[in-house]
Amino acid sequence: MNWLFEPWSHGFMRDALAAGLAAGVACGVLGVFVVFRRMAFVGEAMSHTTLPGLVIAQAKGFSLMAGALASNLVTALGIAMLSSQTSRRRGIRDDAAIGVVFTGMFALGVVLTARIGSWRDLSHLLLGNLLSVAQGDLVLMVCAALAVLVIIGSLFKEMELASYDSTYADLIGIRSQRLHALLLVLIALAVVSGVQVVGVVLTSALLVTPAATAALLTRRMVPMLWLSVAAATTAVVGGLLLSYHASLPSGATIVLMAVLLFIAAWVGRRTQLG
Amino acid sequence: MKDTALSYGGRHLHAPDPGAPALALEGVVAGHSGASPILQDVSFALPVGKRFALVGPNGSGKSTLLKTVAGLLPVRGGNIRVFGLRVGACHHRTSYVPQRQSINWDFPVDVRRFTLAGRFVHTGWLRRPAAECQRVVDEVLASLGLTEIARRPIGELSGGQQQRLLLARAAAQESDLLLLDEPLNAVDAASRVLVGALLDRLQRAGKSMIVSTHDVGTHDFPFDEVLSIEDGTVVGGTR
Repeated sequence: MNWLFEPWSHGFMRDALAAGLAAGVACGVLGVFVVFRRMAFVGEAMSHTTLPGLVIAQAKGFSLMAGALASNLVTALGIAMLSSQTSRRRGIRDDAAIGVVFTGMFALGVVLTARIGSWRDLSHLLLGNLLSVAQGDLVLMVCAALAVLVIIGSLFKEMELASYDSTYADLIGIRSQRLHALLLVLIALAVVSGVQVVGVVLTSALLVTPAATAALLTRRMVPMLWLSVAAATTAVVGGLLLSYHASLPSGATIVLMAVLLFIAAWVGRRTQLG
Repeated sequence: MKDTALSYGGRHLHAPDPGAPALALEGVVAGHSGASPILQDVSFALPVGKRFALVGPNGSGKSTLLKTVAGLLPVRGGNIRVFGLRVGACHHRTSYVPQRQSINWDFPVDVRRFTLAGRFVHTGWLRRPAAECQRVVDEVLASLGLTEIARRPIGELSGGQQQRLLLARAAAQESDLLLLDEPLNAVDAASRVLVGALLDRLQRAGKSMIVSTHDVGTHDFPFDEVLSIEDGTVVGGTR
């Protein structure tokens, strides 16, 4: 059992575990909404749009989390504005709006890297660097996970209703467009945490794969949320252990672990259905 | 709901204006903001406890009219009063049964939970539906033959069951004015009977309703008046 406990004797591994669990909880909870509201593309876009903020924070010595968060909040509000009902009637489709913002912000990040950063820094940002999370960023990640839990817990019935019937939500006075904007902000928080763990390129996997795994195992919302969080945190713990013992990149190993859990659930579901 | 601070939209249960009709429209012009109006100069009154049919072809403005009365689309001219109150003054009194296509049926919610959403307007922010809400939901599900499938995900329902479910949520809201958008569209015979029976029971309980339809002949239940709508204008009524 030494292989299971020895890695956590190192401070950097304990910090990585705490950061990974915080991101796993936030992404696990929000992932269910992302999957069933068909917002996977939003998650992908959000993770890529952290790049300009990350590059500036890295170059100027600010908190990476704060830089990514600032970048993502701008994106979340931009997408919410561009994908409003008014914009839709003016011919701007949701996916087109997201595509414009997503590629534009990512390109800005690459240009900023060329001007003020280094390509080595860029590879860390793109693929994650969980084993060197700063204490300040760790605190922010835990706060982000707590914010996601408190807000989703408090507004669960309204978020749920607006997710499957925004018309009825509007009818009874719940402003579904505002809840949508709030959800985008929460996704921004989760993505910013995820970027620290698995990097810009793989963050949407942390958001989507555990939720998709949970969806294979149950069709009920609350158990699905728990299973999604369990899949995400299991992937983090398993991925960290494997990366430690096999000297593999931690972010990619965590994502592969999440994909393995998905495959196991898929095979189990197929077997059950005969 | 006692604490109005937690009610959705900050609105609470207003008392209706005594003697006012359930619904009164005077010269109403309505449609999406930024686009040409769809409804033009629509006027009629629905007395309390009456059931009106709203008949017209696709694109005639039936859904727009119902959504405007429900407060989902802006009133751009004229005046609408619901029990003597302005539209949206009291969310509790009006329920709208949309067409099935507007629901995300893949979302992981079961029949009981979906119906319980009809009670949310009485619960408001930050509170869980009380035991009384569960009792109302049980009664409504039983009346529409949905008790046996109460734990089934909504995505596994047939078209008729989905339509009954939408009506169940509206009934659970216990509103006084029901706006039903083509409730019998592509519905099986068993569901038609159950829906008809529930609407009869609601009307006997004093509820008022407008039912939009392509063809009033497809409805087994009677209407107090049939309004015809063409190109966004109510062109006539028959009893």
